Amino acid sequence: MLQRHLHHLQDFYRIKMTQITANEFIKNNSNLDFERLFTTTTINQLNGVLFLEHISLSHLPILLSKIALENIELLARKAHNITLRDFGKVVFLYAPLYAANFCENECLYCGFKASNKIVRRKLDASEFKEEAIALSAKGIRDVLLLSGESRVKTPPEYLVECVNTLKKYFSSISIEVYPLQELEYAQLINAGVDGLAIYQETYDEVVYEKMHKAGPKRDFLYRLNAPERACMAGIRSVSMGALLGLSNPKKDVFMLAAHILYLQSKFPWVDFSFSLPRIRPQSGGYQPDHIVSDKLFTQLLLALRIMFPRVGINMSTRENAQLRKNLIGLGVTRMSAGSKTEVGGYASCGKSEGQFEISDESSIEAVCSTITECGYAPVFKDWQTL
Amino acid sequence: MDDFLLIGGKKISNRFFLGTGKFSSNELMRKAIEESKVEVVTVALRRVDGGGKNENILDFIPKRCIIMSNTSGARNADEAVRIARIAKAAGMGNWVKIEVISDAKYLLPDNFETIKATEILAKEGFVVMPYFNPDLMDARRLRDAGAATVMPLGSPIGTNKGLKTKEIIQIIVNEINLPVVVDAGIGRPSQAAEAMELGCAAVLANTAVALAQDPVKTAVAFSLGVQAGRYAFVAGIAQEKNVAEASSPLTGFLQD
Repeated sequence: MLQRHLHHLQDFYRIKMTQITANEFIKNNSNLDFERLFTTTTINQLNGVLFLEHISLSHLPILLSKIALENIELLARKAHNITLRDFGKVVFLYAPLYAANFCENECLYCGFKASNKIVRRKLDASEFKEEAIALSAKGIRDVLLLSGESRVKTPPEYLVECVNTLKKYFSSISIEVYPLQELEYAQLINAGVDGLAIYQETYDEVVYEKMHKAGPKRDFLYRLNAPERACMAGIRSVSMGALLGLSNPKKDVFMLAAHILYLQSKFPWVDFSFSLPRIRPQSGGYQPDHIVSDKLFTQLLLALRIMFPRVGINMSTRENAQLRKNLIGLGVTRMSAGSKTEVGGYASCGKSEGQFEISDESSIEAVCSTITECGYAPVFKDWQTL
Repeated sequence: MDDFLLIGGKKISNRFFLGTGKFSSNELMRKAIEESKVEVVTVALRRVDGGGKNENILDFIPKRCIIMSNTSGARNADEAVRIARIAKAAGMGNWVKIEVISDAKYLLPDNFETIKATEILAKEGFVVMPYFNPDLMDARRLRDAGAATVMPLGSPIGTNKGLKTKEIIQIIVNEINLPVVVDAGIGRPSQAAEAMELGCAAVLANTAVALAQDPVKTAVAFSLGVQAGRYAFVAGIAQEKNVAEASSPLTGFLQD
């Protein structure tokens, strides 16, 4: 089975691969005077970039500039046309399923962090099956398995068991778990996983160190290289992102773009997508240093859409229903719906606290109605495990 | 005009084929198929959602249509073959459009993997219709591998740019004794007519219809465009010339 997934790593690509690492690529391309670029860009420069069919990384600061924010309608029109052309009038739906909420890390901003006195639990095999059945009964076909970040409490073997259960009820399975080794990703892929979601949180190493006080997550590079290890193992799709609010959001988005670009050039067969979560109120009470307004948030999303026409944009229920609705035509291609972030939330088998507070508590039916009202079709299935 | 296209033992009178993705609703897609009298539709297995509470795209396709399952999402021959087999087992018939994309950025087809999948599936009895980057040698390889048609792209998928690969498609039409179906990039009925005037056997489109302001009318327009182009080809349209040509004979002085 492993052979099938390694098929893509043909000698041709191995030879072509550059020796440069993701971190080196991002740093080499981020040696820019961002503040000057963000503030001195002219409308003519902006129009020039919007006229182009292919946009390079060096153009991105122009789309992230102050003048671009003042002319956000221009960005929106281009992003709308691109999304329509490449994705059509459809929005894909998925839902998260939390198997556990144990964590070994001390992330200042997260409700699941180890020192937070919250109810911790892990679903056993029968509870997990019940949860999977309850979620699939709602019509969800694309599931995102989350476990919290504790390798001790939820080892790879446990995750494989979860995937073995999920594949009986869902057509596509993604994981959002602690970073794994390449062979462990391969084992999960062989079990039926086709997508990985992993967020670097922030690409600013100084801020990263400050935000992640303890635990394995302190290893910036191990996390940064996780998507690459999953690609090497044969993953089909990778969702990446930065948690907006931890550091300068424009710089983080620029470096996220560099990271995606690096991986795209190395693994052209992988479907990449991104997510731009904003920090929401937590049990831990963390308040972000950088406030990302709806307007800035929209600019960041539009800039990435224009830069990466065929890259998917995922939007979780962290954002409220109105904003989610408004962004459907502007680039969002995949939305979570009817989400529960508590362990056991769907089958109500002894709930715990959620990782974050949900802004859009609409039911799946309500989300579908909203999508339809916007003139788009909700699509539950866009892949099936082979 | 008694002019049928024969593929896999089936007679097809409407040479406009329709893709079923990107529509804002399954119902709208159904109307577009009905009104345009399309006979051949492609359906991606990845979108078929049977057995649950969700809409199943197959329920919106008229029974008279020939379904060509589409291996969309396959990154290599192995995945394309698996998808085709699953689609057949799911009752989608044995017509398959092989679409192998190993570059998610440009979505250009991978000819090498497509040829491999064609050979395997043709041997298994599938009616194989490979989507590929137009290239004469690869068209020959597809033919020799057992393809029922070859389906070169007119321009990159979804771009509506028309027949950017016209010169190569004309060569393929001239040299390959198989129906040539132009697939991808056709944005207007006039471009579809142009492909048919070259001698192509059919045209397949999706984006141009699904994203039109009125997809139903646009599907009808494409159907008519394809028909007009076909009629013109059969009738033998006049060639384009770069200079005016005298209508009086230039060799009238020759007596015998």
